[in-house]
Amino acid sequence: MSLADGTRPRHVPDHLTSRGQRVIRSWETLLVGVAVLIFLANTWASPYFLDPWNLSDATFNFTEKAMIGFAMALLIISGEIDLSVAGIIALASTAMGYALQFGVGTPGLVLIGISVGVACGAFNGVLVTRLGLPSIVVTIGTMSLFRGIAYIVLGDQAYNGYPSSFAFLGQGYVFWVITFELVVFLVLAVIYGIVLHATNFGRQIYVIGNNPTAALFSGVRVQRIKMILFLLTGLMSGIAAVCLTARLGSTRPSIAYAWELEIVTMVVLGGVSILGGAGSILGVVLAALVMGMVTFGLGLLNVPGIVMSIFIGGLLIGVIALPRLITLIRKGQI
Amino acid sequence: MITEFLKSREAILLAALVALILLVETRFAGFAAPSNMVDVFNDTSILIILALGQMAVILTKCIDLSLASNLALTGMVVATINAAAPGVPVAALILLAIALGMVLGAFNGILVWKLDIPPIVVTLGTLTIYRGIIFLISEGAWINAHEMSAAFKAFPRAEFLTLPVLSWIALAIIALFVVLIGRTGLGRAFYAVGGNPHAAVYTGISVGFTRFAAFVIAGGLAGLCGYLWVSRYAVAYVDVAGGFELDVVAACVIGGISIAGGIGTVGGAVLGALFLGVIKNALPVAGISPFWQLAISGAAIIIAVAFNARSERTKGRVILKSAEHAT
Repeated sequence: MSLADGTRPRHVPDHLTSRGQRVIRSWETLLVGVAVLIFLANTWASPYFLDPWNLSDATFNFTEKAMIGFAMALLIISGEIDLSVAGIIALASTAMGYALQFGVGTPGLVLIGISVGVACGAFNGVLVTRLGLPSIVVTIGTMSLFRGIAYIVLGDQAYNGYPSSFAFLGQGYVFWVITFELVVFLVLAVIYGIVLHATNFGRQIYVIGNNPTAALFSGVRVQRIKMILFLLTGLMSGIAAVCLTARLGSTRPSIAYAWELEIVTMVVLGGVSILGGAGSILGVVLAALVMGMVTFGLGLLNVPGIVMSIFIGGLLIGVIALPRLITLIRKGQI
Repeated sequence: MITEFLKSREAILLAALVALILLVETRFAGFAAPSNMVDVFNDTSILIILALGQMAVILTKCIDLSLASNLALTGMVVATINAAAPGVPVAALILLAIALGMVLGAFNGILVWKLDIPPIVVTLGTLTIYRGIIFLISEGAWINAHEMSAAFKAFPRAEFLTLPVLSWIALAIIALFVVLIGRTGLGRAFYAVGGNPHAAVYTGISVGFTRFAAFVIAGGLAGLCGYLWVSRYAVAYVDVAGGFELDVVAACVIGGISIAGGIGTVGGAVLGALFLGVIKNALPVAGISPFWQLAISGAAIIIAVAFNARSERTKGRVILKSAEHAT
């Protein structure tokens, strides 16, 4: 059967793929495979890898970035992006350091760090949702603006002398080798997983990402939800700023430099479509583990950080390019 | 035609640029003097060249975040060759830099064209990969001025008709782009692909190839700038031009090039780059701490994009806007 213009009707399968097949073919399964391979390679390459304390240290490589990654995943699924997250960390950390000079205690510092994060998120959100500006450009601008303010305040100076109760938030252990940061990371992963995959709000994020106009016609409050997502990203950046500042014990304006690219890499590696509309929190968690293990394993082998970035960049392009390349070869187009 | 120009974005930007220069002049007499303006232009030349390359990419609805890493990598390669074999003529090194830059750009382009990977993902990856390769080549060591040959360092500074060669190269690239963008099929294709990719396909334009071409052109220019950068500053190391990719995007955005593709002019890109260049050169002479620079360029980007969006907004597409605000 062919239509008048010579095209054939679309082939429609008479059954959907089974649940098992979907799980096997999913991005998350691929990531688990990659993670296991890297874990085995690390164990084989260095005798120091399988040490609980070393593994505990390794979690610092990704916990702070992944916290922001969760909120960033939601934002990217909705079709927006926030490149100012590292700038927010710098500004929030500077604000905490500034407050420290006036003798503000730990609860006050945490409150200030988180409030600055939320305020920055609100600023981005207003520019994008109220003025209708493209988020990629707005946040390139605010990235410079937020970090720029940190530079104006600090110049080439640094804030030190955070109280020890504050240091616990970045260096403390809750139980054996389980760090406070790891607990925060796990709790946030569960919360974000539930919000994205089991609530009406999460469903609406996917709808917006797939087709904002259709979402609007279906009664989804597109701009309000995007505003909330920018606020969440700001909030997470504030929390990450508290953890990072507490871990380092000092604030410099160059703190968390270029993290925005690593966080976006983590989210995209986790299977979140940069075009919006698809992705899962489990994927982001797995991507965080993969990136954390790659950097930690290479670190044990004395590979310099800059060479690790080749692996991370290659991983990002490789995991996305390979499936597409295989499809092209199967179709015989290459 | 003159009234049309006066209403254009470029005219407003030009007015803002002149106002900025005059403002600095009030704080520091002599800033607006022609000789100083020539220096500012020369100092901004590399940014102008890169902004033009980025413009070609952005016009096709893509973005290239790897330009600064491309620049640093080609710069390190030519500096390494020069240090190892001072006899290789500078002209050959410049051609090599352009060719290598084009190859790095083509790698981005082929991933975007053949595998259809979003450009921001591709160039985010190559941004770190290219930067990492510099470390592998140099093993973290610097190539300093005394290791470079005199001819290698002298070329961009050599004066020709009162202007340094670096400025002449920037002027030549601007002229080349005026022709490429305004007078060739490829230039029209950039706008068509960015303005409406689906319509471009129906008019017989290969969207993928056009984007590939834009990446190759931008890469070649980044390669050229790689040589210019290391020879002008007479040093090559891993972090050369770190973070410069965002300055380049900022210059384009300030110049009114729409990140959504299809809108932008050569004049806009040049003015956008000059705007940032004037700010960078004005801060020290106006007695403002250089630490203000980042925040000021950030604020300039936000103001520019907010301003551009007003004139760009397509009326009639979003019909439920008012209904949404009512909720």
